[in-house]
Amino acid sequence: MEPLSNKRKVLVQKPLNFWERIYLPAIAKGLSITMSHFFRKPVTIQYPEQKREFSENFRGMHSLKRDEEGRERCTACGLCALSCPAEAISMIAAERKKGEENLYREEKYAAVYEINMLRCIFCGLCEEACPKEAIYLDGDIVPAEYLRKDFIYGKDKLVEAPLNQ
Amino acid sequence: MDTAQLLFKLILVVIIFAISLVIALYSTYAERKVAAFFQDRLGPNRAGPFGLLQPFADGIKMFLKEEIIPTNASAFLFVAGPSLAILTACIGSAVIPWGQKLTFGSTVIDLQVADINVGILYIFGVVSLGVYGIMIGGWASNNKYSLLGAIRAASQNISYEISMGLAIIALLLVTGTLSLRGIAEQQHGFWANGYFTWNVFKQPLGFLLFIICAFAETNRTPFDLPECETELVGGYHTEYSSMKLGFYLFSEYINMFVSSAVMATLYFGGYNFPFMDMISSPNWVTIIGVFLFFIKIALFIFFFMWVRWTIPRFRYDQLMDLGWKTLIPLAIANIVITGIVITFLNR
Repeated sequence: MEPLSNKRKVLVQKPLNFWERIYLPAIAKGLSITMSHFFRKPVTIQYPEQKREFSENFRGMHSLKRDEEGRERCTACGLCALSCPAEAISMIAAERKKGEENLYREEKYAAVYEINMLRCIFCGLCEEACPKEAIYLDGDIVPAEYLRKDFIYGKDKLVEAPLNQ
Repeated sequence: MDTAQLLFKLILVVIIFAISLVIALYSTYAERKVAAFFQDRLGPNRAGPFGLLQPFADGIKMFLKEEIIPTNASAFLFVAGPSLAILTACIGSAVIPWGQKLTFGSTVIDLQVADINVGILYIFGVVSLGVYGIMIGGWASNNKYSLLGAIRAASQNISYEISMGLAIIALLLVTGTLSLRGIAEQQHGFWANGYFTWNVFKQPLGFLLFIICAFAETNRTPFDLPECETELVGGYHTEYSSMKLGFYLFSEYINMFVSSAVMATLYFGGYNFPFMDMISSPNWVTIIGVFLFFIKIALFIFFFMWVRWTIPRFRYDQLMDLGWKTLIPLAIANIVITGIVITFLNR
């Protein structure tokens, strides 16, 4: 039968010749290969001190953004929580009081905004869902903790640092 | 032998013992570092500068680990195994000539613990004792993997001792003496009477056979079948923990050190080096000779590691094939050729 692909190869097993049978030339060749690696620069990145550069579309820890006047962009619409396939996001909305216009951009804001980093799968759907461009996964790798409860990140860890500070 | 000489010998024994332990200690570090460099990695570098304190950290860890003796193991033999392994590894260094004699005024210090006239036979006896530690430990563990590893070790050592002995017989035809001091003295300098003095140039095939057998006797890759992880879990030391395991690992490195020293003495001139006659002070010749002897040993140890991280392990039938069907006939042919050449040269 004709093979479907023309990739068929007939295996030819030649008997070993004298030099192949005494192993030694092959061993010498192998030793020279390993020796060439001996003087090569190690590829190791020593992690805590050195860090590998992330690619441009790397998705790390979330940050809640501020606008150009330093006000929180999030309006607590809940679309990010709705889009989240891992159900990692929860929030409690509150109404903006008079005199708080310099803190929150919209009339409604998130009083509590929590992401469970153990549930989060870093898919970036919250980022896509957000109509206010308030959440981005542009941070570092989520660091290790000792307790599960420490992985629930509140606004203290998520909101971007205020401007001019 | 008077008391002063006895004291010198005692001090020499302690020094050699300490040196072989330190070298074995740092061989573990060197092995990991060398392995890392061969694999484009960095190796241990956290404990101390360049990770130099790593062997001590490992040693402390070994001592602090829980000591487990399996319920159905034979307790006495279980402890005797590693003790015997490290004992036989250590006593091999007694007959190796580390250097020429040091002379201070009227006192002469001989840098060799015992210059017995059957030095090579002694080394041979000690090497063949080495397998008892493994055999006893593997049997006493009452574990099928340990027993299989021990049986492999025993049959492998027996097979390769034959060709090792035959390789040495050819060397003895050349040297005419069994004393390691005598063999080292014959290789004085590097070039004499129009030919190299080192035995490796007189016995290249013998050296090749000897080094292959040395790999097999020290259970190093490609002959590390007694402890191959993929087939036998840990081999003969599967059941061992704590410092008893440490002793087994340690005895392997001491064996490596001693067999490197033996190879350097028998084939690479021992403490002799080229142009040693141009230095007038005999004490300086001795000191440089001792230093270069240790450099030669270090190179051999490096070669052991280099091979370990290059060559895959033999299959067991291949191992036996190589030992019985290749090395022994080659060794016998080597003896015959050496004998014929010596007979014709002496006529």
